[in-house]
Amino acid sequence: MNIYKHELRIRLRSVIIWSLSVMALLFVFISISAKFTEKAGLMNELLANYPPELLMAFGMAEMDFSSILGYFGLIFLFCQICLGIQAANYGFGLVSIEESEFTADFLLAKPVKRSAILTSKLLAAFTSLTITNAVVWASSFFFLAVYDKGTGYDVKTLMILLATIPAFQLVFLGLGVVISLMVKRVRSVTPFSMALVFGTYTFNAFSGMLGEKSLDLLTPFKHFDPNFIVKNANWDWPLVAISVGVIIVSFPASYWLYSRRNIPSAT
Amino acid sequence: MKIIEVEHLTKYYGKARGIVDVSFSVEEGEIFGFIGPNGAGKSTTIRLFLSLIYPTKGSARIFGRDCIADGPAIRQEIGYLPSEVFYYEGMKVLDLLKYSASFYQKDCTKRMYELADLMELDLKRRIDDLSYGNKKKVGIVQGLLHSPKLIVLDEPTSGLDPLMQQKFFNLIREENKRGATIFFSSHILGEVQKMCDRVAIIKDGSIINIQDIKTLQKDNYKKIKITGSGMTDAVEKLEGVTSVETSNGTVSFFYKGDINTVTKLVSKQPITDLTVEDLTLEEIFMHYYE
Repeated sequence: MNIYKHELRIRLRSVIIWSLSVMALLFVFISISAKFTEKAGLMNELLANYPPELLMAFGMAEMDFSSILGYFGLIFLFCQICLGIQAANYGFGLVSIEESEFTADFLLAKPVKRSAILTSKLLAAFTSLTITNAVVWASSFFFLAVYDKGTGYDVKTLMILLATIPAFQLVFLGLGVVISLMVKRVRSVTPFSMALVFGTYTFNAFSGMLGEKSLDLLTPFKHFDPNFIVKNANWDWPLVAISVGVIIVSFPASYWLYSRRNIPSAT
Repeated sequence: MKIIEVEHLTKYYGKARGIVDVSFSVEEGEIFGFIGPNGAGKSTTIRLFLSLIYPTKGSARIFGRDCIADGPAIRQEIGYLPSEVFYYEGMKVLDLLKYSASFYQKDCTKRMYELADLMELDLKRRIDDLSYGNKKKVGIVQGLLHSPKLIVLDEPTSGLDPLMQQKFFNLIREENKRGATIFFSSHILGEVQKMCDRVAIIKDGSIINIQDIKTLQKDNYKKIKITGSGMTDAVEKLEGVTSVETSNGTVSFFYKGDINTVTKLVSKQPITDLTVEDLTLEEIFMHYYE
């Protein structure tokens, strides 16, 4: 419990900044949504003039601007990028920051099992991510309620979309932890998390552009594709199963690797 | 009772050597010195005790229990002071110490304040504002606040001024009187000589000698200086003589053997001065490393 509290405390500022950023992103895009939905016909016409490959790359190919949820799907993709980076940051940094700043010596010399340390750390990271998740839920509903000019939207579909967040966060958290434990030393967390999130995002873009379905398998952005969910009011279950598989493998693998890890020393 | 038992402990980092086939044991209540130059494997041995790293071969037992299998239980009673201390930068000293204390089953509050007071530690400061020496003091309080049965010190005095070093050594002696066993790793031989009952000398990852400090000094070499004419040739003919140096008519050398041989030699002719000394640990140490 002490480690859990400690972890929450040191991550508090980061959680607040991420939550406020995502909230601001939702606010800005939803507040201008009326401009798009009012002129949905024009927008759809405009987009039709772009090469379809480009639209696919940005996940805009099957967007329908006439419904606010169609538009929200696009915003949600940006939201996913932010949430992905946040989760990957926490994942990559979970044990590696203690090692690169050498506080691991302090912590691991205490009378506590490594598995218990990892459990506390994971729970604290997931709690932090859940706070941001809650902020995304609240701001989505709030801003949509304020700025929706009577076009109306299906609340259930929105909930199905937002419900993807914890799974999406866990994929990046889990991948972050397990990769950080497979390498010898993570000197800086950001390059790793950027590479993971933008890498998988690029797979998503290329899969759209090239119609290369095998890339779909590799990217959580496709597994939790907002356009698909908005259109079908359901998850793309076969692809979601892959992400769930990643979660199921990455966490036990992290415990296994961490319990065998040689902690690098300062000198 | 043996507090530490190390058997054939070996650690390789990939192909790089850590320690090779290290075996020794430390009795309850001992102050055990562990000396060797940088890179000899001192920290590797200590990190194996704390299961910060895992052995390639062999085992270490502390309080009669296996270091890996019973790690958490063992660490309840170990106080560890690393050579370089690193703590969570944003925290206040008091919060860090409380965090540290929260891992132990007993209530450490009273002892924590006592130690902080003794080390003249300002509890309200933030860790990142502290000087190196002050961080080290945090390390000392942090390592001792749970009154551990085994205190593991890894080059503990670096960064402490002489006054603080003195206080620190007194503190360690008190802990030892209270019943704590001390494992003292260092390359500063003077302090080991002052503090320890027995020492193990480690070189290139292997133990090359384990002895009582007194025996190490007594049974080994003597440092002899003789001032008198024509002594150099006579001395060089003796068996057990090493490191002969002559300057200004004084010949100095290390001697191992029956001391009467030397006194007989000296009595044969007139000399102006004679000193016979035990080697300092430093000289013994250098001898091992030559």
